[in-house]
Amino acid sequence: MVLLTVTNFTKSFYIHHLGRAIPAFQALDFTLQAGQFLLVSGQNGAGKSTLLRCLYRTYLPTSGSAVYSSLHGEIDLARAADADIMLLRREEIGFVTQFLRPRPRVSASELVAESLYADAMTLDEARPHAEHLLSDFGVKAELWGAYPTTFSGGEQQRVNLARALIAPRRLILLDEPTASLDAAARNALVRRLTALKQDGVTFIGIFHHPEDVRGLIDGEIRLQGVNDGDIVAD
Amino acid sequence: MAISNHPSAPNDAQQAMITLDAPRLTRAKPLLRALGLHKRYGRITAAEQVSLEVYAGEVLGIVGESGSGKSSVLRLLNLEELPDAGEYTLDLPGYEGVNLFGLDRFQRREVAHVHIGIVYQNPHLGLRMRYTSSGNVAERLLITGERSYRALRQAARDSLSASEFPLDRMDDPPRVLSGGMQQRVQLAKAIALRPRILLLDEPTTGLDVSVQAAVLDTLKRLQRERHMAMVIVSHDLGVIRALADRVMVMRGGRVVEAGLADQVLDDPQHAYTQQLVHAKL
Repeated sequence: MVLLTVTNFTKSFYIHHLGRAIPAFQALDFTLQAGQFLLVSGQNGAGKSTLLRCLYRTYLPTSGSAVYSSLHGEIDLARAADADIMLLRREEIGFVTQFLRPRPRVSASELVAESLYADAMTLDEARPHAEHLLSDFGVKAELWGAYPTTFSGGEQQRVNLARALIAPRRLILLDEPTASLDAAARNALVRRLTALKQDGVTFIGIFHHPEDVRGLIDGEIRLQGVNDGDIVAD
Repeated sequence: MAISNHPSAPNDAQQAMITLDAPRLTRAKPLLRALGLHKRYGRITAAEQVSLEVYAGEVLGIVGESGSGKSSVLRLLNLEELPDAGEYTLDLPGYEGVNLFGLDRFQRREVAHVHIGIVYQNPHLGLRMRYTSSGNVAERLLITGERSYRALRQAARDSLSASEFPLDRMDDPPRVLSGGMQQRVQLAKAIALRPRILLLDEPTTGLDVSVQAAVLDTLKRLQRERHMAMVIVSHDLGVIRALADRVMVMRGGRVVEAGLADQVLDDPQHAYTQQLVHAKL
């Protein structure tokens, strides 16, 4: 089953004070089958993160379409209403960013649990699941109740992974999730991704070291950036 | 994996505003809907063609510089004032399809008191500074017809507690409280009748950063637990990012841009929004 059909997908940033557009990627076409793991590769500045953000709609795609087959029906992520994007973010599409955005006075376990209890689970019901996952990613129990604002980069990233991967999702976008992780946490992540993939979850991911997830990858798109040439595919 | 090449040059030198599709997957109806609000004060246009929708459980942030019309819109939504033109409906039993601006003064006040709570930047607007804090909250409950002192006090205590106000100070008048605590009393009063809509006008402006974070945290928790539709006006983009799901940017009484909060803040489309975002420290 095709989960995502991306057609003529283009993003450029129009910067008003410069009076011109800065292109990020241009006229991308690809399809993604449900359950596949797609690697997005390319040099710095080639538009890899921008592509993920356009699919999540943190960035507004300039033109083209990305038709996603949701459980509620087909929808073009490029132009879907905000309310529909919010629904998909709550229920179907997840995003693992490179950095945690901790909130003051919110503990690690609560930050992780809240993505679950947004879906009709109470905080008290969600907390054990959150703590279980934090422990999987190697966050020590004495940190669960602490505020991640003061955590180290590696600790924050473990909390971030737990937060992003706790709720069931059909499509997960991964933006360099292994950055700032040590080998143990990286292994924990790969185990988690492998389990999710076995459950049928679809992934689009950027990895600084793709060999970390070599066994999971089903396909690759390489972005070359619109300035230095065409977009190629393997 | 199929990829094709389209080596055409980018042709968006003239950036057109992108229009989004109507909702297709979402079954819920917006709880609050305002259409075509116009409001003038003499020669000043405070709101022009302002339309907005907020769903239950959603937070809409309104940003813009002073004088952009943010607070005017909030006063209209609180039914404190009437617009020169526009419609305002709430999807609540008994009010479906009713333009609230068309109700008489008494009906409007009842809708506002029962279904809408508001927290002002200036606590003097929302509180009687010399009454006790508990009395301020209890006053809002009198509208239900409750007259028992014990019941009123218990309800005030519950609401203050939900606002994380220290209960040992519930009989202190707001004038002796800190700014953060005054905002918690306002919040307790605003949510005492469990309104479906909560309006916040710069609720944390002027508070210490740590106090601000604590108040934001309380708001976030309340919003989640009570599934209210919330509209927050702030010029502080950090506050908006922490709280809002969607953002509306106003300038000169007009909405120049609206969208998902992360999209508007990370990929602003309009020249004015780009200026605002880039001006943030």
